[in-house]
Order: sequence, then C-alpha cells, then structure tokens
Amino acid sequence: MSAAPIELPRWADTALVPLVSVAAALAVSGLVVIGIGESPLEATALLLRGALGSAEGIGFTLYYTTNFIFTGLAVAVAFHAGLFNIGGEGQATIAGIFAALACLWLAPLPGLLLVPLAILAAAAGGALYGFIPGWLQATRGSHVVITTIMFNFLAATLTVYLLVEVIGKPGSMQPETPEFAAHAVLTPMHKLLAPLGITLPSTPLNSAFLLALAALVAVWALIFRSRLGYAIRTVGANPRAAAYAGISPARITMVAMAISGALAGGLAVNEVMGVQHRLLLDFTAGYGFVGIAVALMGRGHPVGVALAALLFGVLYQGGAELSFDKPSITRDMVVVIGGVIILFAGALDGLFRRAVAALLRPGRAA
Amino acid sequence: MDAIAIFAVVLDSAIRLSVPLLCAAMAGLWSERAGVVDIGLEGKMLVAAFAAAVIAAQSGSAWAGLGAGILASVMLSLVHGFAAITWRGNQIVSGVAINMLAAGLTVILGNAWFGQGGRTPTLEGAARFGEITLPFAQTLREQVPGFGLIYDEVISGQSAPAYLALLAVVLTALVLKRTRFGLRLRAVGENPAAVDTAGISVAGLRYSAVIICGVLCGLGGTYLAVSQSAGFLPHMTAGKGFIALAAVIFANWRPWPALWACLLFGGLDAVAIRLQGVALPGIGQVPVQAIQALPYLMTVILLAGFIGRSTPPKAAGLPYVKER
Amino acid sequence: MTIPAIALTGISKRFGPVQANRDVSLSVAPGSIHGIVGENGAGKSTLMSILYGFYEADAGEIAVGGQACRIRTPADAIALGIGMVHQHFMLVETLSVVENVVLGAEGGAWLSGGVKRARAELARLSEQFGLAIDPDAIVGDLSVGLQQRVEILKALYRGAQILILDEPTAVLTPPEADQLFALLRALREQGKTVILITHKLREIMAITDRVSVMRRGEMVAHLATPETSPPEIAEAMVGRRVLLRVEKEARPRGAKVLEAVGLDMVDARGVALLSGIDLTLHAGEIVGIAGVAGNGQSELLEVLAGLARPSRGVIRLNGQVLTSADRNPSRLRKLGLMHVPEDRLRTGLVTAFPAAENAILGYQDDPVLGPGPFLSPATIAARARDTFAAYDVRPPDPGLKTAKFSGGNQQKIVLAREIERAPRVLLVGQPTRGVDIGAIESIHRRLIGLRDSGVAILLVSVELEEVMALSDRILAMCGGRITGERLAGEADERDLGLLMAGVTEQAA
Repeated sequence: MSAAPIELPRWADTALVPLVSVAAALAVSGLVVIGIGESPLEATALLLRGALGSAEGIGFTLYYTTNFIFTGLAVAVAFHAGLFNIGGEGQATIAGIFAALACLWLAPLPGLLLVPLAILAAAAGGALYGFIPGWLQATRGSHVVITTIMFNFLAATLTVYLLVEVIGKPGSMQPETPEFAAHAVLTPMHKLLAPLGITLPSTPLNSAFLLALAALVAVWALIFRSRLGYAIRTVGANPRAAAYAGISPARITMVAMAISGALAGGLAVNEVMGVQHRLLLDFTAGYGFVGIAVALMGRGHPVGVALAALLFGVLYQGGAELSFDKPSITRDMVVVIGGVIILFAGALDGLFRRAVAALLRPGRAA
Repeated sequence: MDAIAIFAVVLDSAIRLSVPLLCAAMAGLWSERAGVVDIGLEGKMLVAAFAAAVIAAQSGSAWAGLGAGILASVMLSLVHGFAAITWRGNQIVSGVAINMLAAGLTVILGNAWFGQGGRTPTLEGAARFGEITLPFAQTLREQVPGFGLIYDEVISGQSAPAYLALLAVVLTALVLKRTRFGLRLRAVGENPAAVDTAGISVAGLRYSAVIICGVLCGLGGTYLAVSQSAGFLPHMTAGKGFIALAAVIFANWRPWPALWACLLFGGLDAVAIRLQGVALPGIGQVPVQAIQALPYLMTVILLAGFIGRSTPPKAAGLPYVKER
Repeated sequence: MTIPAIALTGISKRFGPVQANRDVSLSVAPGSIHGIVGENGAGKSTLMSILYGFYEADAGEIAVGGQACRIRTPADAIALGIGMVHQHFMLVETLSVVENVVLGAEGGAWLSGGVKRARAELARLSEQFGLAIDPDAIVGDLSVGLQQRVEILKALYRGAQILILDEPTAVLTPPEADQLFALLRALREQGKTVILITHKLREIMAITDRVSVMRRGEMVAHLATPETSPPEIAEAMVGRRVLLRVEKEARPRGAKVLEAVGLDMVDARGVALLSGIDLTLHAGEIVGIAGVAGNGQSELLEVLAGLARPSRGVIRLNGQVLTSADRNPSRLRKLGLMHVPEDRLRTGLVTAFPAAENAILGYQDDPVLGPGPFLSPATIAARARDTFAAYDVRPPDPGLKTAKFSGGNQQKIVLAREIERAPRVLLVGQPTRGVDIGAIESIHRRLIGLRDSGVAILLVSVELEEVMALSDRILAMCGGRITGERLAGEADERDLGLLMAGVTEQAA
C-alpha cells in the first residue's frame, strides 16, 4: 500500500498492464465457468469458433464491435478531459430518438440527404444530452457522474413515454415506432460490398461499421493532433496548468461531454438506423456500460479502444453461439467479464501496476 | 372504496415499495458519510436478492436466506473497500464494476443452477417472509375508524425485513448522532486527516462503514426476493439502488430526511401504479412515466443547486493520502 | 541541568529524492516557549510531524521528558502528552466545537458522558486561560482565530504538556495573533512547553525564550532569544553561502512597461493577501521581490499574470489599462506578458506530457504550430529540439515524459518556452528552486541577457541572495505589503532582512 505512483516503462504501462489485467479478468471468468460445471477450455474453443470461425460469425462480431467502438470512444474522450461519463446509455437513447424522428419526419427527402441528416441528428441528440451534465458541472457544480446516472433513467422513461404515447406504431402491442422507409436506413455490408464482387452472408453488419472506423481516426486526430485535443488533455491531466495556459476548464468540460455524447450517439446509428430500422425500447442493451470497460482496457487510446472493442465483439458473438451449445453459459458471461475488467483495469489499477512492477524487477519486489 | 381506504391501500403499497429503497439509502448513507462513494448499491442488492432466494429455496428458511443475502452483499462491499480504501482506486469505477458483475453473475448462476432463464424456484411457506400482524390490528380496525384502518393496513401486516429496515433508520440516526463510532465516522467523511491526527485509523473506520453498507444492502435485496416477491428474477432491482442514491442526495446525507425521501419516492411509484390508465378530473391522464421520472429529475435539479443546497461529505470519493 | 521536555537527536527523513531533515538535533527546556524558524522548505514542519508521529524518521532518537521513546502514530504522541496545532487545521467543519474536542478521546462508546465531561473541562479551560468559546457552535461557522482556539483546546483536553504550533499566525489578523501570544504565555505560566514554528522574526523576538534555526533540512543555530537579534537570525536562516556572482553591467532603464496601482486582494475568508501594492516595471530592468514565502509574493505574481483577480486596483501594460477581458493568461501572452510560475510542477508543466508538448503550453493556439485546428507533432518536436539545444535542456529528447527530467531541466523547459517568444514583460517565480548549481548559473545568465535586450523582468524568489545578485531594484514584501525599496547597490542582507520581517523604515 503506497501513495507513490509506480513508475513503469512506457510499453509496460500502455500494453502490459492492461494485458495482465484482462488476462486476470478472463481467468476469473474461467473460474465462474468451472463453477457452473463447464470446461473453460471447451467454452473458449466454442466461443472463438462462434465468433471467428465463419464469415457469418465474423460479420456478427464486427457488428457488435461497432457498438463497442462508439461507446468506448465516448468514455475515452471524457476520460481525457478528466471526466467520467457513465451516461453513454442515456446519450445513445436520446440519439436514437433524434435519429428516429429524423428518419420518420424527413422521409420525403432522398436517401442521400436523409441518411446523413439522420446521423447528424443522432450525434446532435447525444451531444446535447452529454452537454447538459457537462454544463451543470461547469456552471452549477453538480458532478457529472451522478447527473449522467440520473439522465440514463430519464432518457429511458422518456423513450417509454414517446413510444407508448406519441410516436409508437399504431395498433402495435410492442413499444416501437413504425419501420423506417427503405431509403432511410443504412446499407447492410453484404449489399454494400456485393457490387465489388465480394459476397458476404447476410448479417447485421452495416455501413455504420465504416463510420465507427472513421470515428476511431477522427478521435485519434482530435485528441492527439488537434489544438482542442491538446486543451482537453491538459485539463484532464492538470487543470491548474490548463488555467495557466489560458484554457478554460469549464469550457472544456462542456465541449468534451458534448463530443462524448455525440460519439455515444453512434450506438444509435448502428442499432436504430443500421439494424432495427425502427426505435424500440432498450436498444442500448448495456453497450454503454461495456464501453467503460473498453475505454479502460484500451487506455483511452483509439488503437486500444479498437482492440478492446474487437475483444468484446468476439465475446458477444462467441458468447451467443456458446449459449446455443452450452445453455448454462448465457451471454451474461460477457457482462461479468466486462465488470471484472472494469474492476481490474480501472479500480484496481494500482494493484496491477504494482504486480507488473514486481514482475519486471524480480529483485526488488514490492 | 372510500377515500380513507384508498389512501390506506396506496400508503401500504408506498411503504412496501419504499422498504428496499430505505435499506439501500441507509447503506449508501453509511458508506458516503465515511467518505466512500458507492454507486454499487444496485449491484449489492441484486446479489443479495439472488443469494437470499437461492438459500431460502434450498433451506426452506427465509432467515437463512437473509443471512446469505447479507453475506453475499458484504463480500461485494469488501471488494469495493479493497479497491477504494486499500488501493485508493476510483470509487465510481469500482461501483460500476460491481453493478455489472452482479447483473451478469446472478443471471448466469441462476440459469446454470435452475435453468429457468435466471429465475430461482418459487418460495413458499417459511422460505418466504410472511406478514406480521401486530397486536390489536383487528380490534382497532373494527373499533377506531380511520386510524384503525391505517393501523391494520399500513403499520401492521408488514414483513420482518420491513420492520428491520425501519429499525435500521432508527439505529443509523442514533449511532451516527450519539456514539463514539458515529462521531468518528462523520468526521472521517469530512476530514480524514483530522481523524488520522487524532490517532484513529482512517482505513478501519471506512472498512466498518463499507461493511455496514453491505449488511443493509443485503437486507434490502433479501426483502425484494424473499418478501416482496417469491423468488429472484433477473435484474429485479430495476434501478432501486440508484433511486436510493438519489434519496440520499435528496436528504442531504441525513437519516431521517432519507426516510421521508424514500417514502416519497416509494409513494410516487405507488401513485404511478394506481394512476395507470386513470383520468384525473381537470387534468386528464397523467403519463405514468412523468411520475416515474420525478425522483431522477428532482435529484438533478437539487444537485444543480436550483432548489436548496446539497452538501455531500467533503471527503466523499477521495482516497485518503497523507499530505506531505 | 533540567531534563529537557523534548530531546531529538540525529533525526533524518527523506521523501524520495528530497532530504527533508538531515541529522537534526534539538533540545527544548520544559516550561519554555521554543521557536523554530527557517524558510519554507527548511524542514521545520517535517521535523514536527515526526515528533507528532505523523511520519516515522529514517534515523534518529526521540526522548520525551528524559525517556527514550518511539512515536509511530499520533496516538503515541498524544499518549506522551504531545499536542499539535497544524497549519491547516485538523478540524471537522461540520461538527460542533465540543464534538471536535472529544474526537479520538470520547471516553466511552456513547458520546453523552464524554461530551458532558468535555463541556465541564472546556468551561474550566476557558476560565483558566480566557479561552471563551461556545461549545455548541459549528466549527465551520467560526472565525479562523476561534478555530485555532478549538485546535488548542483539543490538545489541552487530551492533557498535552507539550504543544506544537505550526505557523499559527499565518492565518490570523494582528489582534488575533496578540491574543494567541497572550495565551501561549499563560500556558508557559502553567508549566506547559510550547514549540512555535514560524518564519516571522517579529514573533520569535516577541514571545520565545530560545530559538532554533533550520536551513535546508539542517539545524544551523540554537540561540537564546534575549541574546540574539533579528539580523542574526535572518542571517542564519538565509545562510552565508558562497556569494553568487553574476556578471551584470549597469544599464539605463527604458520606458515604463508594466504598472500596478493600489492592488488589493482578499481571500474567501476575508484575510487580506495583498494591500495597496504599487509597482512599476521598466524595460531593461530586473525588479526583485524579497520576502519570506507566504507574504503575498505568490498572489502578486498570480494577479499580474491574470490567474487571480485583485479585489481592487489598476494594472497598465504598455500604458494601456488592462480590462477584465485582458486579464487572462492567453490574452496577456499575446500582449507580450509571459510568466514563469513559481510552482512549475503544479502550474507550469503537465508532467504526464512529453517534453515537446510542454514546450507549447500556453501557446497551443499559435498558428505556426500546425494548420488550422491541428497541431503538427513534427513541427512541435522540431521546435522543441531547437530550443532544447539552445537552452541546453538535457536530455535533449522532446519525446521523453516531462516527469523524467531533473528539476533544473524542467525549469529550463519552462523558461525556454516563455523566453523564446520575445516577451516584453517576464514574470519569474522561484527560477532556481530545486535546480542544480550548474543550471542555476545558466538560468541567471539567461535572465540578465533578457534584461540587457530590453525585457522588463519581475523576479520573485525566496532566495534573498538570488534577488540581490540579479535585481536592479529590490522591493521587500511582508504581510501582503511592500515594506521598502532599495537600489541594487545600496541593499544589504541585514537591511533587507529587517524589511522582510516587517520592520519598516519608521519603526527601525
């Protein structure tokens, strides 16, 4: 137990520590599998085969990965500003409402105009819903964490109200909107690539995946190559130095939360516009929370986020396949793994850094 | 039904809905007054509900279920304490992790053990906490109009965990205010350095608070699965841990106001259920969601200082590091 | 000879690379008031924290009342009859006076008994020492002076025979300080031993029986107060180091560049941090501020740099009155006012960043650093490489994490950043704090070179010698006021020491 930060070489800091904590998290999850009487090795084999063993599996894996890239980036951008945005679920929900309204109300527009507008609407909805907690923290002193938690629930109740009372599909028992017009949705990947002579099985993977890849690059450029990103990182690392440099921490708090919310909106683009083609209840399905694990594991860097998102994509898809073969291992296993990763890579970071430091200097184990 | 009867029914339902909130709110209050922020109340209650339902089903004893619920919840508390106190980790991150762990584990284990999509077997008889009829309930109902009805419907006929929850409020208020432990605990959440220089262990106090938090979450979770319902359902806490957190903020981290806040929020829930599909004269139908959203909305507004002032314990969320 | 109340022998304590105490010995006579003086960072507070069990010494022995003992925790110290009033009060602001007093000494699982006893004891102590206080008042509502009284009562309630006070007057108004001194004398009458840590010579002279002087972690003098004088103490505090020689030619000063008139600043508690500061800075001169740390120099720098707002007063830069919109660091930099902050690690640098990124801190909006909204890492690194070479930053690696540079090289990074962009006014705080000898020399030469090229420099340093070696004009500060002005040629350490101690011309 020590307050002194543990100094590690950069490669160990950025790669080894997260790897060790993820390995430990997977080991713990293996114990859970053993605990319910299954073989972790067999489960892993089934999982990997399900996720990566077929073109269809890979398609599904990348579809899930898309969600995790967006929510992981959302959390990562806020992290860089020293903020903890647990509101990804709520921001994605509001983004979904905005996107759905755009798709429904602007349906007369041609697809070439409508789709980008709906994507912008989603981003704007998410940004607005992230901005408000940021604004409340910057000007009223209420903590982003608590506000975003409350906002998650508010977004959920608002969706129920809208779907039941306002924009629900007439005559439907399900709380959902009518299906969007065919030109208002994103192109599935198998259709997108067919003209290029590439034939893929039909999966939910759609053009939002390309948007996610673009977001990875954009966030990388924003954080590590732009003046704004420099300001964001300065506020996150040392608010006093930021003030000294003439950067307003209050302004950056609001801007970073808005960007974070807009990125969370990508989840709505993939799910609502890309897969479901309508707004339905709880489409966020906890992806926003897993995004926290993705960001922590990826150390806030887009490359790390991409890898972590892929890992969770594999776990999600593989987990779904696995639960067909082994009904006792449901996909909730992934939630457990996510939780343990958040615990190990986030809250117990100090412990793992200490462990890695001891590993690297066997003579001077702490 | 006459007005008073409706009132009694709604009040009874409000109390039933408040009990888990009350337990979790007291739990959060203990933890946060000691300076450990806990957004994992939800997860702890969930795990407690699951463990209590499993053990109650296996043993046939609701009390054994309560013990198991408390034990499971305290274990998660200790994980939180280990991360937050010993390793000075981020308390919010740890809380999120615990919520996810709980949500996943309960479903997996429930499904693996019972194969009913995460449900546990239905509890019957002594495996479930029954209603306790207080003395004179029937007599008072028959002989004292008004109060007698309320006494019988509302005050009497609750289950043992509900009465324990109320007792927890009394004890929390009493211990915090009147005992050495309570004084030190209040102090450690405000200024741990003052406690340290007075020769008292900061970590020891915080661990105690975190364990008490676990016990109370255990009680709340057990109530959900073994008293209110007859078994565990996946995600059955449904955000109650967060409403409890809201209640704590609303009560400015004080026990008696937290009781009223929980009753208020439970009452809103009861009213929302009651008003479903009912048109009020002059207003028309009130959307149920608007009422459900109120606790969250009020908390946001309160936190932003638009009404009143919220003053959390000063050291809440901050790991204690000796200053140089 | 009487047995000393406290005897410390050979105490050493190291925090990472910093040797906070080196082989310190101290003997305090019972029933006396013993002063410990030294500049900030001299190791006084560390020594007292060791005595109070907040830290354990790496080496050395402690004897209390002639008995050798180990003090591992504050509880041990309390049991030995040692009480401490910390500089930052160890009070719980939401609790009442009596609750604060009994905290840790409740005398039972239930509060009521202990509180009752504490009330009686408080009444008795109030009577005995004239320490009137409402036991049920909430501590956060009390004035600073009364809060300090609660701290003292806490120690006395625990039966402290030895009372340590760390910079007790730092936050007090003069009348409150006088009251405190009366109390300390009363305690001495009762046979208690008082250890007073301070850097104010006036207090040492006014109240102590003996005084021990610390400098750079070492004990350098033990003096009997009646037999010494403020100049002698000041000299011991500052030390007779090898005189810094800085080659510097007299130059005619240029036009007025920066002017401050009537600056006042008050903190949240209403304590005046700056009062009536008038200051003029001309092109091509170095004005040094001499003062013991904590006398308003930091606040003055922050106000001039646009980091803090004065409660009153006017600042003119190049003849233009600065509006409130001008008073932010970005705008001031554009107007040619650059700032090397006192605390480079907390304010001047983001230590987690690579060095190259710190070389642009504050200039992140400079168009030369990249196209439009972007920053070009290649440009930034190339510029950093050039300036690091020019300023001899070692290692000259712009990609290295800033935390890994030595203090001197970190300082050079900051200095290079601020000087490189041709300032008209340069505010410099503690330019050589924690910097090795070689780097000190190069930093000094750099500042003189700037002055020769016509830059107006305001230098704040707790190193009196540095101020004397570099400045053309010296202003002494004490208690948030400017207590005197000397031209470089006519200043001597003794004279400045008196001004720094608040002994003004009239009084001297």
